[in-house]
Amino acid sequence: MTGLTPSQTVGPFLHIGLTWPEGEHVVPDGTPGAVIITGCLYDGNGVPVSDGVIETWQADANGRFTHPDDPRGTADPAPAGFRGLGRSATDKDGRYRIVTVKPGRLPAPDGQVQASHIDVSVFARGLLDRVVTRIYFPDEAAANAADPVLSAIGDERLRSSLVAAHDAGQDGVLRFDIYLQGDHETAFFDV
Amino acid sequence: MVSDFALPSYRREPGVHPPLLSPDYRSTLTRAPLLPPIVLPHMLTEVTGPLLGNGPLAPYDNDLTMQHTGEAIGQRILVHGKVLDADGRPIPDALVEIWQANAAGRYRHHNDNWPAPVDPNFTGGGRAVTQADGSYTFTTIKPGAYPWKNNPNAWRPAHIHFSLFGRAFVQRLVTQMYFPDDPLFFQDPIFNSVRDEKARRRMVSTYDHESTKEEWALAFRFDIVLRGRDATPFEASP
Repeated sequence: MTGLTPSQTVGPFLHIGLTWPEGEHVVPDGTPGAVIITGCLYDGNGVPVSDGVIETWQADANGRFTHPDDPRGTADPAPAGFRGLGRSATDKDGRYRIVTVKPGRLPAPDGQVQASHIDVSVFARGLLDRVVTRIYFPDEAAANAADPVLSAIGDERLRSSLVAAHDAGQDGVLRFDIYLQGDHETAFFDV
Repeated sequence: MVSDFALPSYRREPGVHPPLLSPDYRSTLTRAPLLPPIVLPHMLTEVTGPLLGNGPLAPYDNDLTMQHTGEAIGQRILVHGKVLDADGRPIPDALVEIWQANAAGRYRHHNDNWPAPVDPNFTGGGRAVTQADGSYTFTTIKPGAYPWKNNPNAWRPAHIHFSLFGRAFVQRLVTQMYFPDDPLFFQDPIFNSVRDEKARRRMVSTYDHESTKEEWALAFRFDIVLRGRDATPFEASP
């Protein structure tokens, strides 16, 4: 066994390297059923973090991955143009934005079913390692209640920190703010 | 739904990565989460990840000295190595992204304002995809050290930022590559946030005379090790 390479912060100049053409587009603009997930990244003082980057990874609309370790085999990504990875640097107001589709539900061990979810990595100056969270969907109450990850979180506030909110008055827009620290600290995972 | 199937699981190796709250690096004070993280079992979303082997590479993406009309100024270097998992297996088709300051220690970035010159012929961003044996190569300029405001007379040792996806979400890594024998290590809270000395040393490249190109460029070797899989009985099955 070889020792792992340790993590280090992305620092404040991450934009030079972590660029990605159309990074925020997990699906192209105009895709039927597309949803915009947007929100703000906050530090422990409630100050927006303007030098961070949010990355998302998720199954396609049918709950499939184009990956050899998915034992169900590969399938054409749905909808067309879906690419799984999203990347959005936060702007001067700490905001990020991802254009995607709701992923399908996923099988879990012991016959359980995972609710639709998106895995999220947060990188920023001041984060010596990424922090990981998950986005769940507000219109999936029953599936969320049965989700093996979400339902294992005993603390109601932490559990609800993982569920995106409908953005009042905007169809197809979900809001998911991320609080690194403080009274509203988001639930983060050890992966 | 499939009710029963085998997925790989990746080993957790506590003690390698720096503690998120490392007070000597002041920005961690307001940004490090303080609640204990919740252990996430490795399921489908975690054991898969973007395979970016034929990602958006352009000519000179891996030669940072040739991305402009003129030559970049500074010590020309090759930075090469292998991307491996902790069991020594090469990780092919993996995207490697890098970014760095120029030879004077200045980033080409609107937030970097210290009085060192910008090189119009050096952007400082690059990308490469690993070969079948996990190897990658960049041609670039040796970055300079630079001051920062963390504490009085604080200087970052010369470094290159590296970003890797590996093959699975759980293998994602962003790190920094340092240069051998840098006299600034002792006072750098980011380098020293890695508590284990052996682990810290794994972020330091080695000078590689065999790969140094005569009358052209010094070579530095930097192997990057991502998480390995738990051994499972399923792996032996066809």
